[in-house]
Amino acid sequence: MRVALFLTCVNDTLYPDTGRAVVDLLTRLGVEVDFPMGQTCCGQAHYNTGYRHEAEPLARRFAEVFGEYEAIVTPSGSCGAMVRELYPRMGERARAEGRGDTLARTLAPVVPKTYELTEFLVDVLGVTDVGAYYPHTVTYHPTCHGLRGLGLGDRPRRLLRAVGGLELRELPGAEECCGFGGTFALKNSDVSAAMGADKVRNAESTGAEVLCAADNSCLMHIGGTMGRLRTGMRPVHIAEILASTEARPRAGTEAGPAGTGAIAGAGSRANGTEEPKA
Amino acid sequence: MSGTFIGMPAFPKAAHEAVNNATLRGNLRHATHTIRAKRAKAVAEVSDWAELREAGKRIKDHTLRHLDRYLVQLEESVTAAGGVVHWAADAEEANRIVTDLVRATGESEVVKVKSMATQEIGLNEALEAAGIRAYETDLAELIVQLGKDRPSHILVPAIHRNRGEIRDVFVREMGAWGRAAPEGLTDTPAELAEAARLHLREKFLRAKVGVSGANFMVAETGTLVVVESEGNGRMCLTLPETLISVVGIEKVVPAWRDLEVFLQTLPRSSTAERMNPYTSMWTGTTDGDGPRTFHLVLLDNGRTDTLADEVGRQALRCIRCSACLNVCPVYERAGGHAYGSVYPGPIGAILSPQLRGTASEIDASLPYASSLCGACYDVCPVAIDIPEVLVHLRERIAQGGRATRNGDTVVLRPAKGHAAERAAMRAARWAFDRPGALRAGQRLASGTRRFHPRTLPGPGRAWSGTRELPAVPAESFRAWWQRTRGGKDVTE
Repeated sequence: MRVALFLTCVNDTLYPDTGRAVVDLLTRLGVEVDFPMGQTCCGQAHYNTGYRHEAEPLARRFAEVFGEYEAIVTPSGSCGAMVRELYPRMGERARAEGRGDTLARTLAPVVPKTYELTEFLVDVLGVTDVGAYYPHTVTYHPTCHGLRGLGLGDRPRRLLRAVGGLELRELPGAEECCGFGGTFALKNSDVSAAMGADKVRNAESTGAEVLCAADNSCLMHIGGTMGRLRTGMRPVHIAEILASTEARPRAGTEAGPAGTGAIAGAGSRANGTEEPKA
Repeated sequence: MSGTFIGMPAFPKAAHEAVNNATLRGNLRHATHTIRAKRAKAVAEVSDWAELREAGKRIKDHTLRHLDRYLVQLEESVTAAGGVVHWAADAEEANRIVTDLVRATGESEVVKVKSMATQEIGLNEALEAAGIRAYETDLAELIVQLGKDRPSHILVPAIHRNRGEIRDVFVREMGAWGRAAPEGLTDTPAELAEAARLHLREKFLRAKVGVSGANFMVAETGTLVVVESEGNGRMCLTLPETLISVVGIEKVVPAWRDLEVFLQTLPRSSTAERMNPYTSMWTGTTDGDGPRTFHLVLLDNGRTDTLADEVGRQALRCIRCSACLNVCPVYERAGGHAYGSVYPGPIGAILSPQLRGTASEIDASLPYASSLCGACYDVCPVAIDIPEVLVHLRERIAQGGRATRNGDTVVLRPAKGHAAERAAMRAARWAFDRPGALRAGQRLASGTRRFHPRTLPGPGRAWSGTRELPAVPAESFRAWWQRTRGGKDVTE
């Protein structure tokens, strides 16, 4: 199967370790992964802020770059939902505006073959035990677009439960939004910060070392809040947990900003340079 | 809409106050979480909830598509049953009609059933200006009215008040409006309810004119329906000689049997009850039973304009259950007043900018008052995709475009204050459409990362005021992939 990694612009720029984790994980499961260099951004931030017309060229680029692959895998619930839920809607809107169905037809082929990572693992590869080992206590936050947009359901939790050494703790109020919401975090920063602080307090109450999610943009907000509130927890993307093995353990501190917790600390900047250990 | 909301600051500013008010946060958190959990339980009991939701959506969409036909049918049915139908294009016209009708009775006071439509048009204020006193008889509306307060929730308008605050309002204000609060009133719910009951009783028995809204109007039979919990509605709808109902035109349903769907979904979604305690239905007038005169004022007030927008029109399906408010994390923290409208929460954020237009500061800020988490859409009993409409309205504000105002198509200019954002979005699109430019930007960011500040000045403080900045890695993924050929060249 020709599988393309759609990493997303945020991960490419700020969280390359998540991308390396996806490559490691899928390679370990016998999937050959390609990273088409023409990929950039799905246009989600433009679309959701009210700039649909600016998002259109980016959606067309996405369809062009990824069209030839059999499956497109992304470690982001919200960017996955952008392609699956909102690309068809963009096509519909263009049609309704009398611009014909060119956009709809261009975007249609990539929509059904775009998978969020945990969906791809469980539904396409049919695995829940990916052979991972991660000896830490973890609590899982289902991010909104993965939960309500894509309907990921219990897939991430099933994957986490099968990880060796991992103790999964239930997060109180798990399904409540963390308050990131893209430009919402800036436009309504007071409410966003209050939501983030409540999410962090709930996460802390579990006593877990790690807060895991399937979206680094939400983790950037939650982790940034954790750092400011000086909690001992660290945010980790689910790909990094699933990529970790006994032979090649991963610290998985990347989603944490400078100053997050005891483990990340000042060292988190250096983690960005970490090479996969052979 | 109500004059009390004119001049509201933009949502973020109003929310800032609420977020930092610990009492309010506590009241709202307790109330919304309680109703939220109860609703989830009440809905889970119904095995065909998804089908009921779909049926409700379809009935409403069908009715809206043929609204002209059903409204004329309704007028005929109501008239045939002895009622008088009036058409009001906007709030001013509706207020004038109601004021004239009350004046014609020679009365100077009316009792009111809880009604969103009359709040929307600011009827109480209009009647007061004409020397007519309107008494709210719903317990929570009474609390709001006595406290000279504003409603902050569709179903429980005094949700921002706790028991102690309510007791203080009763003790302080009841005497000026009628029967004073009993001596030594405490803040136990039973005593507070009894005080309200005694205060209201004399008003019910004295009133000659009742004013209501309606949850549904049946075109086929001319029947109006009010669902409520306290019985005050039943009093107002049956005791007075004259009944005046002000109802939004979108509240019509084609047939009696359509009620089957909504009388199941509305109570479970709003109060989390299997069935609401009082369902009052009346068809015109009946000799020797209830009001002898019945007037129905059909209210447009921006609804036809909203209907003209093919994405936004789904907001007109709303049956005012307020389930979306109770699950909304933004409403829970910002409170209802921040929305600057009698319709707060997610539904208000899509309804107000459509009914009122997006010209004012508050209306232009409402579509952004959401993290687009989608919890509102999940619980909506008529499947209004609120996030979809929010994004659609953001587009109208940021980019301008066609809209309908007072029946005419207008081309709106982009709202003020979005110039920098628009430029940034355009620049980002330019860079993202050129992988080379993206790569150059990433290199620059990585190369200078040791000099990146830990906090940002100016508008960047909106992020770094409460959160650490993400650290830029030494190398982007794309650079690593190219250097190592997808990790194949790493041999250490």
